[in-house]
Amino acid sequence: MKSRWLSGPYILWMALFTLIPLGIVVYFAFTDGAGGFTLANLARLGDYLPILLRSAWMSLVASAVCLLIGYPVAYRIAHAKPSRQKFYYLLVMLPMCMSFLLRTLAWVALLEDTGILNNLLRAIGLTPLPLIRNSGAVILGMVYNYLPYMIMPLYTVLVKLDPRLIEAAQDLGCTPRQVFTKVTLPLSVPGIVSGLTMVFVPAVSTFYITQKLGSPGSVLIGDVIESQFKAAYNPNLGAAISLVLMALVFLCVGLMNRFSGSDGEEGVATL
Amino acid sequence: MKKSFRILAVLLLAAVLLPAVPARAAEAGGSINVYNWGQYISDGTGGTLDVIAAFEEATGIQVNYTTYDTNETMYTKLKTGGSSYDVIIPSDYMIGRLIAEDMLEPLNFDNIPNYQYVDESFRNQAYDPDNTYSVPYTWGTVGIIYNTKYVDEVTSWEALWDEAYADKILMFDNNRDAFAIAQLLLGHSLNTEDQADFEAEADLLREQKPLVQQYVMDQIFSKMEREEAWIAPYYAGDYLTMYAENDALAFSHPEEGFNLFIDAMCIPKGCTNKAGAEAFINFLCDPEISGQNLDALGYSTPISAAKEYMDPETAASPVAYPDEATLARGQAFSALSNDATQRMDALWLDVKTGGSNTTVYLVAGAAAVVVLVALLVFLQARRKRRKARRGSSRA
Repeated sequence: MKSRWLSGPYILWMALFTLIPLGIVVYFAFTDGAGGFTLANLARLGDYLPILLRSAWMSLVASAVCLLIGYPVAYRIAHAKPSRQKFYYLLVMLPMCMSFLLRTLAWVALLEDTGILNNLLRAIGLTPLPLIRNSGAVILGMVYNYLPYMIMPLYTVLVKLDPRLIEAAQDLGCTPRQVFTKVTLPLSVPGIVSGLTMVFVPAVSTFYITQKLGSPGSVLIGDVIESQFKAAYNPNLGAAISLVLMALVFLCVGLMNRFSGSDGEEGVATL
Repeated sequence: MKKSFRILAVLLLAAVLLPAVPARAAEAGGSINVYNWGQYISDGTGGTLDVIAAFEEATGIQVNYTTYDTNETMYTKLKTGGSSYDVIIPSDYMIGRLIAEDMLEPLNFDNIPNYQYVDESFRNQAYDPDNTYSVPYTWGTVGIIYNTKYVDEVTSWEALWDEAYADKILMFDNNRDAFAIAQLLLGHSLNTEDQADFEAEADLLREQKPLVQQYVMDQIFSKMEREEAWIAPYYAGDYLTMYAENDALAFSHPEEGFNLFIDAMCIPKGCTNKAGAEAFINFLCDPEISGQNLDALGYSTPISAAKEYMDPETAASPVAYPDEATLARGQAFSALSNDATQRMDALWLDVKTGGSNTTVYLVAGAAAVVVLVALLVFLQARRKRRKARRGSSRA
């Protein structure tokens, strides 16, 4: 009884600032400028399908890169001395103390044709490289900005992993490689899944990174939504795109959770 | 528990007291919210006049100053509400649109005596025929800024389509200015509302897109100064600011013509301190203030008397004050109908978001989906297999 009462404020918060705005998004998506019911906004979504797929593709690549980089880091931190762990964890979190916009602008200053890296190359007599305004730079921006979201859940899962299971595997004759593939990796699947989700979801709707690091030809769906609201003043179409994006993200997350919940029922819910 | 309670109490107290702080500062003469273009008022850097500080000192009215980067952003902000502004400084065509949509307050010119200094030629313009809603702040022209180290002399807008400068070309990030360039190249009127014209212009802009480094507004300053980009269309006044940082930059008024604009001060409906707003407008029309302000900005003043207070070199600059023959090529924007604005918006968005290599991403996206599904199916199958194995071992 008491615990139900205590969750009251959060439920109120959810209702006020999540459910009602969501309702407004749905309302806008199905109405035209004058407020009449229409499906025209949803019908126009076909034009943006390639951009939506491109966004999904690029954030998938970014999530995969995050996993490849993040897993060894999380593993290393989880196996460090407990006194060191807090410090390493803080280092991972440190970039997040600075504004996301500033961090992205810093990459611009590094990668530009007249940026720090290319000036350095020129100074030592090499030809400058096209580092900015391509898909690689956008993925780099995504990976850099969202990597902590991958490391955090992985670390949480790995640090809680019962060392006795590993010892048991070793006792039963597993090589270190087998210990990792047969014990550690399967048990960390919940962390991998929530890490992938936590990187993929913000990456697929990202908009600022592409404007700064991408070429004008590589806009993502987040940019389209932003310009519908900011420049074109067409909130109805913007809401329709957001709604579809949201539905797709829910679908992906739902599918992943459903399929990965196989081995450990707990853990995935840590999202 | 007790300690956390105390922290909570302190936080609550802080929350109650915080709003009281700015309120006290505003007591003297009230405050006004000014919403202006970015980098569009002299702010005291490099020994120039700090206009806002001078106004606050002279009148005791506190100014909350915020900026926007395009007329369209400003319009959206006003339209979506949630914030009230006392003074805004949009361009001609946007003022026409705001008047048409009844979003501006008529001004009380008794509170703006300095209006007398505004030149006759800048009064009663097409966007506000009886001059009821606006007082000109600056005027200027749009042209091409280019770096003479990398770019040959420019006389035509066609230079922005020159493949020799691929990836070093910047372009306007707002529909009206971007379409205007295409309109001038195609010989259309800057105020056409014809859909076939719009389509042709959009095609021309699409053709340019692969060469464009970025669609920008005020980021142009650092990009041109540091030579990250070589050629860009922008406002003449801002060229003078950039030239002060990098003297390899040059400016051209293209032969096909160009946009001649006036930005004017208005008071939007829903303002909370109209008298304060009118005092601010009046202050900016003071010849001495206008002279020093626009000397620092590089934009042209609609108040001839202000030129006395300017650096004589600026006042004689052919970029800021082109000769009659050049000015004759200028065309002003007027407000387009709502319908035409929306059609242009849609086409502009299409230019900006349309991908060049669509099929590649269709294939890649489809491949990603297939891989994802395959992975999930594999996991599902494995899970079933395991369950089956567990079941059999138990039995």
